[in-house]
Amino acid sequence: MTTLRTRPARSLQNPWLSRINKQFPDIVPPIIATAIFLVIWQLFSLTPGATLPGPVQVVRDTWILIFWPFFDLGGTNKGLFWQILASLQRVAISYVLAAIFGIGLGILIGTSKVMSKALDPLFQLLRTVPPLAWVPISLAALRQNEPAALFVIFITAIWPILINTAVGVKQIPQDYNNVAKVLQLTRKEYFFNILIPAALPYIFTGLRIAIGLAWLAIIAAEIVMSGIVGIGFFIWEAYQNNNVSEVILALVYIGVVGLLLDKIMAWIETLIVPQGQKS
Amino acid sequence: MFKRTFAYTETASQTVSVATQREPFLVMEDVSKVYPTSKGPYTVLDGVNLTVAEGEFICVIGHSGCGKSTLLNMVAGFNHPTSGEVRLGSKPITKPGPDRMVVFQNYALLPWRTAFENVYLAVNAVHPNKPQAEKRAIVREHLAMVGLSEAADKKPPQLSGGMKQRVSIARALAIRPQVLILDEPFGALDAITKEELQEELLKIWNDHRCTVLMITHDIDEALFLADRLVMMTNGPHAKIGEVMEIPFPRPRDRARIMEDPQYYKLRNYALDFLYHRFAHDE
Repeated sequence: MTTLRTRPARSLQNPWLSRINKQFPDIVPPIIATAIFLVIWQLFSLTPGATLPGPVQVVRDTWILIFWPFFDLGGTNKGLFWQILASLQRVAISYVLAAIFGIGLGILIGTSKVMSKALDPLFQLLRTVPPLAWVPISLAALRQNEPAALFVIFITAIWPILINTAVGVKQIPQDYNNVAKVLQLTRKEYFFNILIPAALPYIFTGLRIAIGLAWLAIIAAEIVMSGIVGIGFFIWEAYQNNNVSEVILALVYIGVVGLLLDKIMAWIETLIVPQGQKS
Repeated sequence: MFKRTFAYTETASQTVSVATQREPFLVMEDVSKVYPTSKGPYTVLDGVNLTVAEGEFICVIGHSGCGKSTLLNMVAGFNHPTSGEVRLGSKPITKPGPDRMVVFQNYALLPWRTAFENVYLAVNAVHPNKPQAEKRAIVREHLAMVGLSEAADKKPPQLSGGMKQRVSIARALAIRPQVLILDEPFGALDAITKEELQEELLKIWNDHRCTVLMITHDIDEALFLADRLVMMTNGPHAKIGEVMEIPFPRPRDRARIMEDPQYYKLRNYALDFLYHRFAHDE
């Protein structure tokens, strides 16, 4: 056993790298892949006629933004931290509302056949409307940027929550419902002891899809809505001023925040969804 | 016909008279069940009559598709006869209730609750006004009865099939049902666990004496457990073919029953019913 284990370590050229790989086996491969990506990007940007800056150029152009994320010069001229925070606040408000209405309506549709038949076609139609298509109608209806942005996130995020909740409620095993019937559980007992725990994995699947969509929608919504603080409008403004490096930096930040949001939801899921119950 | 065959057995005829003397408790009267299908009505059960005395242990046997589960579901109240009536005491059965508790084929335990909590849910639903300490004591008592005190805090995914079925039986008995309905409770278990659970069920039944209706595919299981074995004809239009009295004295001992020459007569008779007279077409 021991000879088998020591042999590959000796054969490795770089003992330092192998030690890191052993301690963080999930970190080394993505770092190498990212490095290769950056090198290829840099090489492409050096070719004649390249329109976009390479990674080195991006950092050189935006190091002020990278190292001073907290500056605030009034208006929309703020550090990236504040821009992202403003966008996240919008997501938070609308996402919570979408979760409340989505889970509520999903349970209604899941438990009532009549409601399901009545509302399902409408919901199936509305859910396919892309976030950007909601922007003009919400601006026309609400007249102001801020509530319109909130509405766009809400209407984008609600569908996966609603539909997954409804599916989760509909698929509750007949056995559990039979137990509830034999024991003559009250509606409240049934709701908290059977319906919610049984549907929870599905609800969380919906919530996780929705958080990604909400983040997607806010960027789209802010780009169109001029004059508000937020990472989406920041991109648009940078583009208008021909600061492509700033646009690229903002894209990286958006990606990182989106990834973190997804990971946070996954982590909350492991805390809340009962064991042995994960879908 | 059957009675004539075994009339010489004194014990058998005695049990028959005792059973018929007892008050009718659970009555199925001319029960039929017809399901509408796209190809026209499909009759599952056609005129089933059965009277069960209080405290009797009844096993129901028959090929799959003969409507055994349909019949028991009507007693449980999940299903309603198209014509005829099922009565408990003198009241017609209209909906499920805790007086007719079911031990489901797939255990039907809530996987997000521990064994203790699964049983507690039932006790709490049936006795909402009892003090908590008393309800917890009832749960502990019944988990101990099925030998699961130590696994009380485990969740169903951590339990073996036999343990899950034990929890399910504890849950059913903890609410003191008048009728206990078991739908092939040991079908998914290995032979040894199955025999253990049969013995435990019999011991518990001896102490409680609730009325038991149990579906089984296993003739030996029925002969060991039941007072009477209900043999159903094949569906569609299934009905009760014959009812066999099982005369072995209680408390029963598996080894002693197996040595009884009558055991093989009864067993062969039931086998003949299932595999010759009402053999499955497929």
